Amino acid sequence: METGRFGEYGGQYVPETLMNAVHELEEAYEHYKHDPVFNQELEQLMKNYAGRPSLLYYAEKMTKDLGGAKIYLKREDLNHTGSHKINNVLGQVLLAKKMGKTRVIAETGAGQHGVATATAAALMGMECEIFMGKEDTERQALNVFRMELLGAKVHPVMTGTMTLKDAVNEAMREWTCRVKDTLYVLGSVMGPHPFPMIVRDFQSVISRESKAQILEAEGKLPDVVVACVGGGSNAMGSFYEYIQDKNVRLIGCEAAGLGVDNEKNAATIANGSVGIFHGMKSLFCQNEYGQIAPVYSISAGLDYPGIGPEHAMLHKTGRASYVPVTDEEAVGAFEYLSRTEGIIPAIESAHAIAHVMKIAGKMEKDQIIIVTVSGRGDKDVAAIARYRGVEIYE
Amino acid sequence: MSRIRKIFEKEKAFIAFVTGGDPDIETSYELIKTMAANGADIIEIGIPFSDPIAEGPVIQEASLRALNAGTTTDMLFDMVEKLRKEIDTPLIFMTYVNPIYVYGTKRFMERCAQTGIDGLIVPDVPFEEKEELADFCKANGVDLISMIAPTSMERIELIAKEAEGFIYCVSSLGVTGVRSEIKTDIGTMIQHVKTVTDVPCAVGFGIATPQQAEKMAGLSDGAIVGSAIVKLVAKYGKDAVPYVADYVKSMKAAVIKAQNHSGV
Repeated sequence: METGRFGEYGGQYVPETLMNAVHELEEAYEHYKHDPVFNQELEQLMKNYAGRPSLLYYAEKMTKDLGGAKIYLKREDLNHTGSHKINNVLGQVLLAKKMGKTRVIAETGAGQHGVATATAAALMGMECEIFMGKEDTERQALNVFRMELLGAKVHPVMTGTMTLKDAVNEAMREWTCRVKDTLYVLGSVMGPHPFPMIVRDFQSVISRESKAQILEAEGKLPDVVVACVGGGSNAMGSFYEYIQDKNVRLIGCEAAGLGVDNEKNAATIANGSVGIFHGMKSLFCQNEYGQIAPVYSISAGLDYPGIGPEHAMLHKTGRASYVPVTDEEAVGAFEYLSRTEGIIPAIESAHAIAHVMKIAGKMEKDQIIIVTVSGRGDKDVAAIARYRGVEIYE
Repeated sequence: MSRIRKIFEKEKAFIAFVTGGDPDIETSYELIKTMAANGADIIEIGIPFSDPIAEGPVIQEASLRALNAGTTTDMLFDMVEKLRKEIDTPLIFMTYVNPIYVYGTKRFMERCAQTGIDGLIVPDVPFEEKEELADFCKANGVDLISMIAPTSMERIELIAKEAEGFIYCVSSLGVTGVRSEIKTDIGTMIQHVKTVTDVPCAVGFGIATPQQAEKMAGLSDGAIVGSAIVKLVAKYGKDAVPYVADYVKSMKAAVIKAQNHSGV
């Protein structure tokens, strides 16, 4: 496979100003990923700072209630900062530091990646600036304050749809302004090569752990692995070690907003077509003239009009399947997991839970589902209350 | 030799940019005609894109105005076809790769050839990805303009060797937009290019005043101005034509001054 390509997808479609920067990152990563000292430091951070390995929890009540396959939750919500985002960020910020960078910038949707980046920057003594769509700064006001507490500067992005895609635009623009001392810490398996590869590698700890954990608990591999997909980092991390195990079904759950037939959705696989945007050839929600569509989801973290190029390939080859989940279904799952297991998932992760609720009952009792709870739901409580017509203040 | 190259054979060039369809197609048509009549040697027409990551706020807003006015790629091809009956100034489309790819790269280039587009600038297609477009450009006689940036360094040779039309020298880090001062050592960049190729070099990003245009054209083969013109369109809307005419005239005069200093 050509460097930086996943089949026809991927590539490095960025302005000339950034080309040396992405090459520098590529070279640094290829060096440090084989460096024992780097790997040891990262392992220490993952264990002693992020709290890894994360639990693989047998959701017994949920399993009994749905009456089919055994359901295991991969608890990325228990990581420090409350989501899987810390896995990638500790890797990238450590890499930035090794590269001699003194400043990191990042985009964020729900705020999870922004919080994680601000956290790692605080820990490693880096300057940090976060770009966040203005609409998202309002939906996730608490996370804005959290990032500021951690010493980051948060820029509300006022252009375009004022959500995640515009935050990526603005972070890329900022990177072209100040490239020498700065690394753009991209939060998902997207963007120009080498980001999709780097983020996937750092996130693949999820499936490395879950594979060992399920083998220990059940003595066999799962039948199905389910994760939510926006750009696709937690899904890529949850799938990666199982790609070679052809009997393990991989299912990504994308945000269908008000429904795939309603224009207010963010279901890229269901509604998208091939395009080239944000540095990569992949699938995007767009019109006949290649104008990127304004997308919508109740979940700020899945509210993105594209998907990582490796997911586009897994979809095309049929190795993974992708299903749409609506706002209503996700909110239902958010409430269900809270009541049934005492675990409040992020609204993003609730999309994956919702699909498990659809399929578990139809599966055999000796079958196994692993579903990734990519983050915790504290940040979403006020928004879910509003969805249900209750006005509460954060 | 392409029509774009021929312009530089004669003298240093003043290259003017305007966003197509801002504030509407009719005004764009008049603006382009006026710019041609008042000394613009080459005209870049921006095909608006929803997410122009290489643009500063001025051109971002222009793209949004054009899209909100309903501008499409087909409407701009039609406008070019009509313009070609009136002006023979080389015309270049500047846009992002997605509008080209989704239109169908082959179909897009064929339409360029049919309507009379001479060149293409696509800031999110770097040297390494140019095969996405290059063969289709070649087959249709469209110059694919290469960009070099202050960060390019050793990449300059790689890029310049395969350049056609002219080389777009990005004056500064960051996105398009007016700058009070251009700090990059443009002279050294241009000299580097000249060791590899005789393809002309024009400098863009941040040029707004006649003084800046004179200085940059003095160091190179031409000056490119976008945001300063688009600002006039933003300010005067449909009435922008005479203001843009005066401005283009003053900028061309500055480039001619640079020409006279260089004694060529």
